[in-house]
Amino acid sequence: MNWNAWMPPLMIASSLLPGLIIFGLTEERVRLRTVLNLSGALVKLVLVGFVLWGVSQGQQYETRLALLPGLELVLRAGPLSLLFVSLSAVLWLVTTVYAIGYLEHSPHRSRFFGFFSLCVTATVGVALSGNLITFLLFYELLTLATYPLVVHRGTEAARHAGLIYLRYTITGGALLLVATVWLYTLTGTLEFTPQGFLDSLGAEHHTALIIIFTLLIAGFGVKAALVPLHGWLPQAMVAPAPVSALLHAVAVVKAGAFGIVRVVYDVFGVEFAANLGVLAPLAWLAAITIIYGSLRALFQDDLKRRLAFSTISQVSYIVLGTAIAGPVAAIGGVVHLVHQGLMKITLFFCAGNLAETLGIHKISEMNGVGRRMPWTMAAFTIGAFGMIGAPPVAGFVTKWYLGLGALQAGQEWVIIVLAGSSLLNAAYFLPILHRAWFQEPPSTWPKEFDFGRKETAWMLLLPPVITALMALAAGLLATSTFSPLEWAQFIAEHEFSRP
Amino acid sequence: MGAVFTEFPWGVILILLPVTGGMLCFLWPQIAKITGLFIVFAVALLVVGLAWQIFDNGVYRHAVGGWGAPLGVDLYADGLSLLMLAITALVGIGISVYSATYFKHEQAVLFWPLWLFLLAALNALFLSADIFNIYVTFELMGLAAVALVALAGSREALGAAMRYLLAALLGSLAYLLGVALLYHGFGTVDIALLAERAEPSPIIWAALGLMGAGLLLKTALFPLHFWLPPAHASAPTPVSALLSALVVKASFYILLRLWLEIFGPLVGGAGVEQLLGLLGAAAILWGSVQALRQTRLKLLIAYSTVAQVGYLFLAFPLVAATGVSAWSAVTYLVLSHALAKAAMFMAAGNLLCFGGHDRIADLDRVVQRLPLTAGAFALAGVSIMGLPPSGGFIGKWLLLEAALMQGRWDLVVVMILGGLLAAGYIFKVLGYAFTQADVSHESKAVPASMEWAALLLAVAAILLGFLAVPVLSLVSIGDPFGIGEVRP
Repeated sequence: MNWNAWMPPLMIASSLLPGLIIFGLTEERVRLRTVLNLSGALVKLVLVGFVLWGVSQGQQYETRLALLPGLELVLRAGPLSLLFVSLSAVLWLVTTVYAIGYLEHSPHRSRFFGFFSLCVTATVGVALSGNLITFLLFYELLTLATYPLVVHRGTEAARHAGLIYLRYTITGGALLLVATVWLYTLTGTLEFTPQGFLDSLGAEHHTALIIIFTLLIAGFGVKAALVPLHGWLPQAMVAPAPVSALLHAVAVVKAGAFGIVRVVYDVFGVEFAANLGVLAPLAWLAAITIIYGSLRALFQDDLKRRLAFSTISQVSYIVLGTAIAGPVAAIGGVVHLVHQGLMKITLFFCAGNLAETLGIHKISEMNGVGRRMPWTMAAFTIGAFGMIGAPPVAGFVTKWYLGLGALQAGQEWVIIVLAGSSLLNAAYFLPILHRAWFQEPPSTWPKEFDFGRKETAWMLLLPPVITALMALAAGLLATSTFSPLEWAQFIAEHEFSRP
Repeated sequence: MGAVFTEFPWGVILILLPVTGGMLCFLWPQIAKITGLFIVFAVALLVVGLAWQIFDNGVYRHAVGGWGAPLGVDLYADGLSLLMLAITALVGIGISVYSATYFKHEQAVLFWPLWLFLLAALNALFLSADIFNIYVTFELMGLAAVALVALAGSREALGAAMRYLLAALLGSLAYLLGVALLYHGFGTVDIALLAERAEPSPIIWAALGLMGAGLLLKTALFPLHFWLPPAHASAPTPVSALLSALVVKASFYILLRLWLEIFGPLVGGAGVEQLLGLLGAAAILWGSVQALRQTRLKLLIAYSTVAQVGYLFLAFPLVAATGVSAWSAVTYLVLSHALAKAAMFMAAGNLLCFGGHDRIADLDRVVQRLPLTAGAFALAGVSIMGLPPSGGFIGKWLLLEAALMQGRWDLVVVMILGGLLAAGYIFKVLGYAFTQADVSHESKAVPASMEWAALLLAVAAILLGFLAVPVLSLVSIGDPFGIGEVRP
């Protein structure tokens, strides 16, 4: 009996089962629901920790289940998978705490937490997928599980946003399906392999492969919000804050970016893709997205919308790092998967706190809010500095490796993009910080809720403070063992060295 | 003990039991419900027995009364028949449980005997080894189905039943003429013997034309689908489920059998496959667009059936080169559509029962008060859209694979468009599950058994997505597709 084969399904079940049970609970069972949520999240965290330790000791964790004749459902805990799984496990726990506090008195909580757990299940499935069809399966499941979260508020605006979300993601999913089946008819396998599995295909297939690559990137690009496929993301802001946090930092957007990383590294292989000539256009697309997202963010007065455009820009760092096709840039891209998650989730938590405590939704209402909510705004400040790329926050590490990698790969233009983007990031984050810390607060806030002497509920305050500290630690302790950076280097060695 | 299982005439009992049950229900209406439920579960057990026998002995062939072909009536079951019997039994259980609380008083008295006769006809049809026998069962099935549609008693229902009756009679008449031609030409009605004796000739073409037209009419392939939406939409809910899930599939099954055994080898490559594929593609697009335009839920689902039938015909032009995966795709689509569509109609029936109407635009007050039903609709919808993980996804994957292997991009585009349109009409309904409803609506409670029947069938459609390997190796018993058995 091989116990290792049980670990990947257990990691999935640790959020799936609580989710299914929660669906069956009535609204009033608050305590049981909370216990289920938190214990699921903790169990997952323990499992992930155990597997991380195992993989660093050279253990293999793989599960296979026949799906079709010749095709299997494969779950494998490789280094790259684990990076994403750890991120989602940690942030799931934090977001669950936040969501429990955030939704304390709102209706339909069982439904919300049920789909919330399904959403994390799908994300972990995406992370653990060992071949493209498994990836596709969980990727589509993610679409279906997030839709109810996007429309959770049930307003007409939410329904409209949900519709747009579906139009983009279902079409993207259809493109992925075609590309996947097509690839399968060419190669007869879909197994993720370091350095790709397409080497053996002759030159006569290259046109087909270029089209397949385009379809795959388009399919994943929808969720990764690559310009011009980003239209759904700012709309989806009508969702409750914990959902936005999850969407932007862990689940949807990241699944798209992770898909692109998988396609480039483990389907096509960096070298093969570079020879095919598809990486340069991808890098350009990512660069355009980075600049475009930042420019649009500048002009948003709505805080969540500004953060949304910032996400569009930041996620493309991951794509850019992948497309530069060098080991150092790859480290920058992969590590940003984690760094962006930590920083962005902090910012969204803070935005949610401002809305729930003082009724602040717009940046123009944020004057002097730092004095009223110092802890929240301190966390926000750390996140914002990280996004700008100021040391010692995690974002700096990303940009450093991206820049270094670009120079090493002889692509100096990337430096201009990075510098321009950092300037723009500063241009849309610093005015917020200035307002919050240095302007006089107004006599009344838009809609203040009473939390006694505390600045806000502890369940809302603790998560952003923790994630902000993690973002800081990921930058300060970047060279210690088990830091995201170390793990990203481990992955890059894995992907760039010929066995 | 083992001999009892392997020698027992499971097939014969599979037909006789529901017939007897139907008569009992007819004679003693007061025990109709109990008898009906008992018979349906017993039929499911019999199918398991037959499956056991087929696993042990291979293909099942039973000469009723010991006469044997070409004189007597033969029963025949290979992997494909077995699978059809199994899905009939499974969906039948769901529908019976649902009907047990759905039908009251006079309607129940009429429903149970008709449904059991229909079940007998379906079982006999899947077990028939000759084309005349098929005709008899086909006619029986059609008449029982028409009577069931009329059961609703409303004016629309009677009108729809009348149209349906005419289509059914026309269809079976055309089929019967084809049977007569073949019998005249080759001196037998046994499918296996016909396959040996038949050779390309005008008779074959004429028979194909007649039988094909008759069967296409009853399968409701575009543009012969005109009778389906009104009939399926106005029938009582369990009947709509029966018709969409099973009855349409039965005529498709006959067409598939005849094509595989008799016509395909003789007229293959002459453009008939292309024509069927073209009609299938048209059905997908037309049916989906019509479904999207409907304002009534049951009509939407009925048009979705028109579209889903189209997928089955896409396989015909794809078989030439790839064989296995195109027919596997069809098998899978048939199974998953049967489960999903039955679940979907039942869910619609629950909404109708709860809210008293099925206007999609006013469903918001209803959908979110029946979470189990909404869940059933959503899960069934996942399979209909062909999203993973579901039986519908497996079917679509296999069909796409076949199309891409042959570079049939036109069909790929149709399939993808069909999937997108399906997502459009399914989320048109599901979108209301989450909107805020402030008006409390006068409503009738929906019995739990009706909600659970729908949900469990929908879950089965999802689980089918993980059973592809055993199901596909099962269907290859007896090699119905002429491509060799797939070893698991």
